[in-house]
Amino acid sequence: MSTADPAPLSLRQTVGITVAHLTKKFANVTVLNDVSFEVRPGEIFCLMGPSGSGKTVLLKHIVGLETPTSGQVRIGEFDASDPATRAKVRLAFVFQAGALFNSMTVYDNLALYPREHRLGDEKDIRERVMHALSILSLEKALNKMPSELSGGMKRRVAIARALVMEPQLLLYDEPTAELDPILGATIIEIIATLREHTAVTSLVVTHDRSLALSIADRVAIIMDGRIRAVGVPEDFKRTTDPVITNFLSPLIDLKHPRFKQLENDHE
Amino acid sequence: MKQFIAFCESFGSALCMLGRSACYINTLPRQFPRFIEQCYMIGYTTMPIVTILCFFIGSALAQQSGYSMENFGAKQFIGALVGLSMVRELGPVMVAILVAGRVGSAITAELASMKVYQEVDALVTMDIPPERILVLPRLAAVLVMMPVLTVIANLCGWYGGALVCQYTKSISVDSQSYFAVLKRFMTARDISDGLLKAEVFGFVVITICCHIGLSTRGGPREIGASLTKAIVTSLIFILVLDYFINEILI
Repeated sequence: MSTADPAPLSLRQTVGITVAHLTKKFANVTVLNDVSFEVRPGEIFCLMGPSGSGKTVLLKHIVGLETPTSGQVRIGEFDASDPATRAKVRLAFVFQAGALFNSMTVYDNLALYPREHRLGDEKDIRERVMHALSILSLEKALNKMPSELSGGMKRRVAIARALVMEPQLLLYDEPTAELDPILGATIIEIIATLREHTAVTSLVVTHDRSLALSIADRVAIIMDGRIRAVGVPEDFKRTTDPVITNFLSPLIDLKHPRFKQLENDHE
Repeated sequence: MKQFIAFCESFGSALCMLGRSACYINTLPRQFPRFIEQCYMIGYTTMPIVTILCFFIGSALAQQSGYSMENFGAKQFIGALVGLSMVRELGPVMVAILVAGRVGSAITAELASMKVYQEVDALVTMDIPPERILVLPRLAAVLVMMPVLTVIANLCGWYGGALVCQYTKSISVDSQSYFAVLKRFMTARDISDGLLKAEVFGFVVITICCHIGLSTRGGPREIGASLTKAIVTSLIFILVLDYFINEILI
């Protein structure tokens, strides 16, 4: 006997994520290997790891852009790989490069979601868009095209576009990458403030140690497609695991064999 | 064998894209601005080139047939030859080729860059199906604009032929007898067959271009590769389909 689908979540209901034994293979390459962890409703969860460790692929599984080879990702009670889940849970994804619609103005980029989902008349949509823009101090960029914006502004517009959706789950892919320290700090502040005001569950994929350890409720470290450790930031500050310590506070030793190799190659 | 399997996969995937687009047909009325924008892109921007090319195709056809038919003493039938050739064959095929080159390439480039720069992924995460806002308005627009462009192409071809017949000394068939013959041999069926072909070609071209654009994977280099693939595939499909549709219609 099949069980009925769980009812769609109400707008203010925050939602958690459960990743259970997730494995993803592209041809013969295993990108994610038996990954399991849980993101609790309303928390800021940071996923850290070196380049190529599978962070973005994992994020794509959560938003349903990839399907697992084995294992499962659940958002609340819903299967993340089922396209119908996106109609039941409002999840917003802030892409690393912004992924703004280049043929639309900033206003139209933000208004697209409420217009397509008919969330009110044009006046309501304008109010909603202006509110999101004001939170991120982007009012002046209203009629600009994405090509006219700086990298930091594009990132903020992408966050504003996510806010317009009034998401229950907000996913950030490297939100501070390629930004100067001041802009990076602004984005960190925005992520923390948003959670404070909206209680939205936030999953942040990042390399940025200061971001992860300053705002996260919990942090996971992924290496070579496997979860190496999960814990609160304090756990990572006093960890004795040499691999994690080296990842979080890498020491540059010019006598290390890898530099010796480079020297030899150069000669 | 591998290539054949890849072709079958692409064909199936294109059909799935069409199926998904058809599911959103009820959203078309509220996508009216997008539909009009696509009509402008497909119809209005292609019209000048269709006009010029088909005028000269009609002219060249009249020139060549005038030269050949004089040997048989049949040059009074040039009007029928040019008229029927334009309506049944050259008009629909030339318009389809021009739409593939002028509009299809632009569509593939736009959708491929949207895919590469994750704009399509952004739509998916926002629960806005790409087929609904990127494919459906284009398909609807091409179905409306292809007959319009084909009628314009036919008229330009006829008038191009008529001018050549009137003002080329070796032919010297006046416009009145040119159009009289054209009218005598032309039936409504010829026109409807030509328009039907144009509809099929336009629909296939836009489907191919949208599908290849949305299937692009990789980086900016793949956008160029997709563009070439879309144009070549469209041209092959136009000419192969032309033969089979002729087989059915004649």
